[in-house]
Amino acid sequence: MATRQEPAHLGDPSLPAWSLPAGEAQRIAIGVDWPERVTRDWAFGDAAGEGVRVCILDSGVESSHPLVGDLEGAFAVVKNEDGRVSVAEDAEGDLCGHGTACAGIVRAIAPKASLYSVRVLGAGFKGSGPVLLGGLRWAIDQGFDVINMSLSTTKRQFAELLHELADSAYFRRTVLVASAHNMPVESYPWRFSSVISVGSHEEPDSLKFFYNPSPPVEFFARGVGVEIAWLGGGTIRSSGNSFATPHIAGICSLILSKHPELTPFQLKNVLYLTADNVGGGS
Amino acid sequence: MTDLRAAVAAGALGSEESYRELLQAIVEVARAIFGARASSIFLHDEETDELVFEAVAGEGSEELVGRRFPSSTGVAGWVLVTRQPLVIEELEQDPRFAREAAESTGFVPKGLMAVPLLHEERALGVLEVLDRPQEAAFSLKEMELLGLFANEAAIALDLLQRAREARAVLEGEDGEAAGLARLAARLAEAEPEQREAAQRLIEALDAFLAASSGPPLLDDSL
Repeated sequence: MATRQEPAHLGDPSLPAWSLPAGEAQRIAIGVDWPERVTRDWAFGDAAGEGVRVCILDSGVESSHPLVGDLEGAFAVVKNEDGRVSVAEDAEGDLCGHGTACAGIVRAIAPKASLYSVRVLGAGFKGSGPVLLGGLRWAIDQGFDVINMSLSTTKRQFAELLHELADSAYFRRTVLVASAHNMPVESYPWRFSSVISVGSHEEPDSLKFFYNPSPPVEFFARGVGVEIAWLGGGTIRSSGNSFATPHIAGICSLILSKHPELTPFQLKNVLYLTADNVGGGS
Repeated sequence: MTDLRAAVAAGALGSEESYRELLQAIVEVARAIFGARASSIFLHDEETDELVFEAVAGEGSEELVGRRFPSSTGVAGWVLVTRQPLVIEELEQDPRFAREAAESTGFVPKGLMAVPLLHEERALGVLEVLDRPQEAAFSLKEMELLGLFANEAAIALDLLQRAREARAVLEGEDGEAAGLARLAARLAEAEPEQREAAQRLIEALDAFLAASSGPPLLDDSL
């Protein structure tokens, strides 16, 4: 994670502080100069996502698409014959278009963010659970700043491991932004409080987002009638929480490019304070 | 005495028919409510990892039922693997996608709504509604309504699958249920004396099973 600045006094960020001896409060001094009122201008005014590494965990990304531009890296997660999951460089691009659409939305909001594709979808439905888990684990190990997950699983057997992965990402400063369900369905990882879950609002404003005081869905972003990148270089209009999610992933990228020291907890606070229904939107 | 195997198999088959009719009714109502050109339900065949047309209302309804395509294909495939509902408009602007879509719908739709059919922790298939009236702008209310249909369709699809599995077990050569069904069939065909002896054996077996199905032995290890 070369681009994020760790507070120097914490030393190795992989070593958490387990306790706080008397007189050592400066050891955990917060490296953010919080204003009295957190505004959007403070949070992400003039930001373009520079230096923030965003992973699109999806069906791959068509890097030549004009709405996507260059990728910093593309990887595919595959299940081998022996049942193990491995990660290799991906030359196939996007197999269905879903990942390209998500990448295009992040790019539109955070044009200077570094985009990476990790393909976990598209090679059929069978074995998709282990591939998803393996891909997420790998992405967290890479220390991406933001991981966009416009997908979920309903399998309870994966829930515990997903929960562990989501928490580990949270503690390692990787923000997971995940699509919520708009049906009363038990699915994961969006229901975990360590991720930022996203549903849709209907307004045609890509930077408009709302905090939801009635969770489990925590934020609503633009998800209806969105112009999305489409395979073959074109665009198409589409709706769904799959496309609301990269809006929040893009806004998180903007905030982190301006305030790289924010933890996921702090970032979620900034999102809350700058949400349109909270007051920071102005 | 009737042939138990045939009777139970007929029961499973009968319910399969009813569930198919229920699925058909769901797509008919979905199509009517949304004023759409067509509506379809796809079942995910786990064995072959394919999506299969189970019910179709409107355009293409005649020839599509039973047609299959790989589970990772098209919008239905996205919806199945991501578990996320999706609405796509202006599809016809993309010739490549339009062709692909036509292969899985029977015609080139201008737009479609697709929702995963989730029951308990399984993704059983996908419900699609194709070509709502163009003047009707899509809103989240439609998505909610589609979700309600999906819930109903998922339950019907689950019942259909169970009925099919029950039939496969009854008609199969292996397995406990198949053995019992064979036994019942032989019993029905047996001579009266044989049947009487067999009846006593069955009663003895019943008593034995009843006696040995008491509380389980406690494991004294921690």
